[in-house]
Amino acid sequence: MSIAWNAFTPASALIGGAIIGAAVALFVVLNGRIAGISGILGGLARPQAGDVSWRIAFVAGLVAAPLAWGLLAALPEIRVDASFPALVAAGLLVGVGTRYGGGCTSGHGVCGVSRASPRSIAATVAFMAAGFATVFVARHLISP
Amino acid sequence: MKSSVYTAASFAAGFVFGLGLLVAGMANPAKVLAFLDLAGAWDPSLALVMAGAVAVGAAAFAFVKKRTHTLLGAPLLLPSPRSIDTRLILGSLVFGVGWGLAGICPGPALVLAGAGSAKGLAFLAAVIAGNGVFEFFEKRKRVAPGPAPMRSS
Repeated sequence: MSIAWNAFTPASALIGGAIIGAAVALFVVLNGRIAGISGILGGLARPQAGDVSWRIAFVAGLVAAPLAWGLLAALPEIRVDASFPALVAAGLLVGVGTRYGGGCTSGHGVCGVSRASPRSIAATVAFMAAGFATVFVARHLISP
Repeated sequence: MKSSVYTAASFAAGFVFGLGLLVAGMANPAKVLAFLDLAGAWDPSLALVMAGAVAVGAAAFAFVKKRTHTLLGAPLLLPSPRSIDTRLILGSLVFGVGWGLAGICPGPALVLAGAGSAKGLAFLAAVIAGNGVFEFFEKRKRVAPGPAPMRSS
């Protein structure tokens, strides 16, 4: 392992993380809910009466963030290296896996770890390990 | 409290979350993959994003812990403790493989869609299709005839 010091952005990472934490805080302190994005989005696949508008609002907020940012400043770098077929396969795995696993990086990784939930800590260890292993196989075994 | 207030708070939370992802660099899949590439030129930034988010999040969850209602008067809807089962671990492993292939998870997918990224939109469409696959199998389980369906997990 070698640390890419030129790519490491500790200040913006900590500040951005704290802003994400503030969003989580806002949501639980006002609405009493976990800001778990896979669950919020996934709930729209089986809409229940009275349970739709808050989900759409949260999703709309996430979509609106780069739009508002773009009005005031240039968006930060966005680079997607994966091909379209790889992205579709990845998206399907994420869509299925997060629903069976009951959460993703936000619901388990941020909210669950913040609550010290053993289930969320186990889930976070599992998806992190799978992510590390997948990148290792893709970058160092298949196409080194 | 009127439901429109909760809808507005929900939009605000999503919006702030999206800004945080952009500031943190986590809406950039290349940066996420640089964190997951332990054997390459490793960018530890994502770990600090988690640390910053958990520090603030933990304070918020500690604040609501002894409350039954939120500041707006809504009941607290936090998950009740459940055991760690196969379904949780297998689902999380499958999610992690997809995350490692693309460097995108659901939150950044929505930010990428808002940023007009065609690749982000393709990923998001596949996530929604994956959610549909999950609902299809869950529904089949719910309407399965005969004795109560066995849960494999």
